[in-house]
Amino acid sequence: MKVTIDGQEIEVAPGTTILQAARMIGGESVPPAMCYYSKLEKTGGKCRCCLVEVTKGSDADPRPMPKLVASCVTGCMDGMEVASKSSERVTEARKAVTEFLLINHPLDCPVCDQAGECDLQNLSFEHGKAQSRFIEDKRTFEPENIGDKIQLHMNRCILCQRCVQVAEQLTDYRVHGVLNRGDHAQISTYVAAAIDNDFSGNMIDVCPVGALTDKTFRFKSRVWFNKPFNAHRNCENPECCGKATLWMFGNEIQRVTARKDIYHEVEDFICNTCRFDKKEVTDWVIEGPRKFEKDSVINQNNYTRPMEKVIMNTEKGILEGREQDRKKISMAQIPFNNQKKQ
Amino acid sequence: MSSLQTISLSGSKKEVSKKEMTFLEKLYLIAIIKGLWITIKHFFKKKATIQYPDQVRPFSPVYRGRHMLKRDSQGRENCTACGLCALSCPAEAITMKAAERKPGEEHLYREEKYAEIYEINMLRCIFCGLCEEACPKDAIYLTISKELVPAQYHREDFIFGKDKLVMPLEMAIRNTQQNSVN
Repeated sequence: MKVTIDGQEIEVAPGTTILQAARMIGGESVPPAMCYYSKLEKTGGKCRCCLVEVTKGSDADPRPMPKLVASCVTGCMDGMEVASKSSERVTEARKAVTEFLLINHPLDCPVCDQAGECDLQNLSFEHGKAQSRFIEDKRTFEPENIGDKIQLHMNRCILCQRCVQVAEQLTDYRVHGVLNRGDHAQISTYVAAAIDNDFSGNMIDVCPVGALTDKTFRFKSRVWFNKPFNAHRNCENPECCGKATLWMFGNEIQRVTARKDIYHEVEDFICNTCRFDKKEVTDWVIEGPRKFEKDSVINQNNYTRPMEKVIMNTEKGILEGREQDRKKISMAQIPFNNQKKQ
Repeated sequence: MSSLQTISLSGSKKEVSKKEMTFLEKLYLIAIIKGLWITIKHFFKKKATIQYPDQVRPFSPVYRGRHMLKRDSQGRENCTACGLCALSCPAEAITMKAAERKPGEEHLYREEKYAEIYEINMLRCIFCGLCEEACPKDAIYLTISKELVPAQYHREDFIFGKDKLVMPLEMAIRNTQQNSVN
């Protein structure tokens, strides 16, 4: 099947969604996604960040779709034409969605541990307004303890429900979910049970905002002061791949996360032993520094990137007579004592 | 032809005359008296220097001096150790360590996270004011201390910790009182 996204054509297999096709093309036409997670099933369709405009339905039915569609749950059709970055309606819609997502978000980025690698921060940097029009009180929840490894900040949650899918699909039994409805909807555990499964720590990685953060890393450092390294270890857990990113400060491992790709989705899930308990350098085989995209704040203050040599092209006429002047000013030929006598 | 040899590209070239000095000029008496006259004249002029820590010149409204970590109207520290000042600092003069606010410390710190250690190396600092620009919490200011960094004898003394940087509580109380009057 042939799909055209922002003028770029690509052949895709039947059943591919528009978002997946856009990711195959890559670049700027990839819609942002808050709730869709390619490694998890049944995600997507909740946040409405990935809305795109379908300007031609298919070869069989070339009428455009009247409304913007969520690209993460809409399948491609043969001959479909999609406008993502190029459509003004889409840009407007993304701005509106960002504003909606930020309505109840506390915007406490200076305090939040996710700042610097937060999807919502990136989204609002690109599509958000500088000012808030929301004058009502933000929705707040009582702080809740869901175990000694994972910190829940319900106020920051955007209800993408990725963490619920992690618990469904990776762990043996699920103890948390979305309670209540509408404005009162919240992620919580049933009767304050602690979340302790072998793979529950992956909720931290899939959370697009700072609602679920690592308690062992809480307030230790900002992510951009850490140096990320690729590392692996032979994990006893057969389901754990043992490949992780270590966030180091000097020789200290401050945090362990799974390796995330350019869409901030983990490549492979890791177990809680790797994530929370292995904080010694001797536990890991370090492969080398991990690369991050050019604009990421994690690359700030990073002097290891190659610097271009500056070459100044000076006109010949300007340089004329400069050599004589230099000799006269510095007087390299005339010894200091001779000068005194004169 | 002569143009490049005679003109000065730097604009500071001067022709030096090699005129023979007269007998009076060779004595240098007149020259010495002339020079002394200028020196003596300055005894009776107003002094250009001041004794800095004791006397203070009025600061320009756009001066940048010693940093101060501000407190809010209730005397709580504004800084949340977000690290943006350290990130923006071109001289890498700022280091900090964050800590979590404990229950019962709400009157000391405004947010749930605060800077346990906050240090500025005043020898590295170039007083560019980028930390002030970067601060999202209105915490660091180079303009409210109305002070310059004083001279010290040891390099370690130039690393200013929170004891020297945080706004004194009396100043915060005074500010609050003034604001409530206005």
